[in-house]
Amino acid sequence: MLKINNLHASVEDKGILKGINLEVKAGEVHAIMGPNGSGKSTLASVIAGKEEYEVTDGNIIFEGEDIEELAAEERAHKGVFLSFQYPVEIPGVSVTNFIKTAINESRKAKGLGDMPAKDMLKLIREKADLLEMDRKFLSRSLNEGFSGGEKKRNEIFQMAMLEPKLAILDETDSGLDIDALRIVANGVNKLKSKDNAVVVITHYQRLLDYIVPDFVHVLYNGKIVKSGGKELAHELEEKGYDWIKEEVNA
Amino acid sequence: MSKYTEDDLREELKTKEYEYGFFTDIESETFPIGLNEDIVRAISKKKDEPQWMTDWRLEAFKVWKEMAEPEWANVRYTKPDFQAIAYYSAPTSVDPNKTLDDVDPDLLAMYKKLGISVDEQKKMNNVAMDIVVDSVSVATTFKKTLGEKGIIFMSISEAIKEHPELVKKHLGTVVPTKDNFYAALNSAVFSDGSFCYIPKGVRCPMELSTYFRINQAGTGQFERTLVIADEGSYVSYLEGCTAPSRDENQLHAAVVELIALDDAEIKYSTVQNWFPGNAEGKGGVYNFVTKRGLCEKNAKISWTQVETGSAVTWKYPSCILKGDNSVGEFYSIAVTNNYQQADTGTKMIHIGKNTKSTIISKGISAGKSQNSYRGLVQIGSRADNARNFSQCDSLLMGNECGAHTFPYIEAKNKTAKVEHEATTSKIGEDQIFYCNQRGIDTEKAIALIVNGFSKEVLNKLPMEFAVEAQKLLEISLEGSVG
Repeated sequence: MLKINNLHASVEDKGILKGINLEVKAGEVHAIMGPNGSGKSTLASVIAGKEEYEVTDGNIIFEGEDIEELAAEERAHKGVFLSFQYPVEIPGVSVTNFIKTAINESRKAKGLGDMPAKDMLKLIREKADLLEMDRKFLSRSLNEGFSGGEKKRNEIFQMAMLEPKLAILDETDSGLDIDALRIVANGVNKLKSKDNAVVVITHYQRLLDYIVPDFVHVLYNGKIVKSGGKELAHELEEKGYDWIKEEVNA
Repeated sequence: MSKYTEDDLREELKTKEYEYGFFTDIESETFPIGLNEDIVRAISKKKDEPQWMTDWRLEAFKVWKEMAEPEWANVRYTKPDFQAIAYYSAPTSVDPNKTLDDVDPDLLAMYKKLGISVDEQKKMNNVAMDIVVDSVSVATTFKKTLGEKGIIFMSISEAIKEHPELVKKHLGTVVPTKDNFYAALNSAVFSDGSFCYIPKGVRCPMELSTYFRINQAGTGQFERTLVIADEGSYVSYLEGCTAPSRDENQLHAAVVELIALDDAEIKYSTVQNWFPGNAEGKGGVYNFVTKRGLCEKNAKISWTQVETGSAVTWKYPSCILKGDNSVGEFYSIAVTNNYQQADTGTKMIHIGKNTKSTIISKGISAGKSQNSYRGLVQIGSRADNARNFSQCDSLLMGNECGAHTFPYIEAKNKTAKVEHEATTSKIGEDQIFYCNQRGIDTEKAIALIVNGFSKEVLNKLPMEFAVEAQKLLEISLEGSVG
């Protein structure tokens, strides 16, 4: 589904990603871990197509197509979803109105008309229930005055609505208390199927107790320096990142 | 009033066409340029006005001559040469040989986006059109319904002749001829406009919208509007048009007076979309408007405006809260793009006790434009327990535009409560990327963000007008973030 080859990317001429190789197949869950500043969020933004990042070498193949030249919204239409670490506020635009616009824009890109209001309402109710969201929440301005947990839950709600092929969860666990974490993880697990894939970016093992990865990668200094199964996450939790840094620098 | 049938209307329309036809010889029917007493007299005569009206105009002209064009607004423009303008020209005539093919394709493309019907497009570009059965019956129904309720709704020229007592009693009572330079000029030379009277206790059963919209085209350069809501009555009045209007007249100086007698309510909504000039800032209309309403006891006046057009806008719809317990509201969205300049806001003059006013102003600046809010809240010494809440929000797009806020507060009564909130924000790259990532392209993202920003004001517009206004905001800002 996703194949990243020798990816180099920089922002304002500062190299951040320095040769990433990663392959994600349908039905798989990958975790990307690593210390602060290792390039985890940059990788997420580059895959999603944020313009400030310049790809200087390598490529990103999604579903057999090089997506380097595609705008962020075109990548979204193809099924790439990013759950943001810091979701932005859009005052005056309700959660419902925002997701309705997103769904209808994606449909338009596929040559479909707007989703009938009745179907939209039904879908919104179903997905809101999945994430144990209060109905009142849906009429609030997007992310305005949301708690950390509400923001992340709203991200996963949008994911549930858009049904992406590839979901990248950027530190979805940060700012969540244990109950919110369980609800969010539960939502992600219910949405998982053999046809889609999830890339979880996290500092901590905690989230991976709920969303169990097939592969764990350690990102350090712009490169994936170690890959393994879920037991690697436990090892990192126990020993920290220093031993990896030593291994790399040795 | 006798029954007004479709035949009567058809007859009237025929006469109108004849009238218009009579004026097709532009040369002979446009007055020489320049302004003097003779021109003012001639305008009055042309309109067949009674002596008192002629005198009123002359008085205004005398006052105007002594006045200077105001310079305090935060706008820069080349002052019009008032002696280089023709002050009377016949209503814009229909050119029988003109078709829509002759109209600027850019303009047509914009109409299409706004969903404006072909007939309306023709109307707005003075393309001859057949009378559509449908619109005939609509107009007839309107006239009939309004007539049954005793509501008077006609052009001000007609009203001067048919209801002189009402016009004489109220004209210039809210905006006196000497109020300001442009108001004085308008009083001397106003071409036409609308008059509306709602009798005691009558609730106007419809938004005076569709009717007005159809009849809006070609009302001219110096428009004069007078709306009187008698005791306990209610009216919602819509002016303007979302379709872009190109006008050869560069200077527009309208006056609108609203009078809400005891317990009456007037809602006045405006969408202004005059030609703003091209992307380099050439051309475009100067819109210098004086709008003011007077509230008697327990009365309420709400101004709602969506301003997207004009090269220079100078406009402060205001409320004089004279009666106890009266309420004034001002809800405004002002969009400026390219080289547009807007200095707009309101004045809330609290005179009576327990008077309340609310001001919500949303300014959106893009391109190299300058957008200023200027508002005065004045609490008089007798205005016990007066309350005001003002909120002025500015949204900036790009780095070359400006947003300015000039709030003035004068309180002469210790019991007054005045609140003012102001924010300035910028559409962030992060907001755009967030939308993009959800499959929403940049243009749509901006529209979404701008509509969210303007929501409190858009919500105040009548439903169908709000939908059009939303589309208009999108179009006005197209291509403003690269």
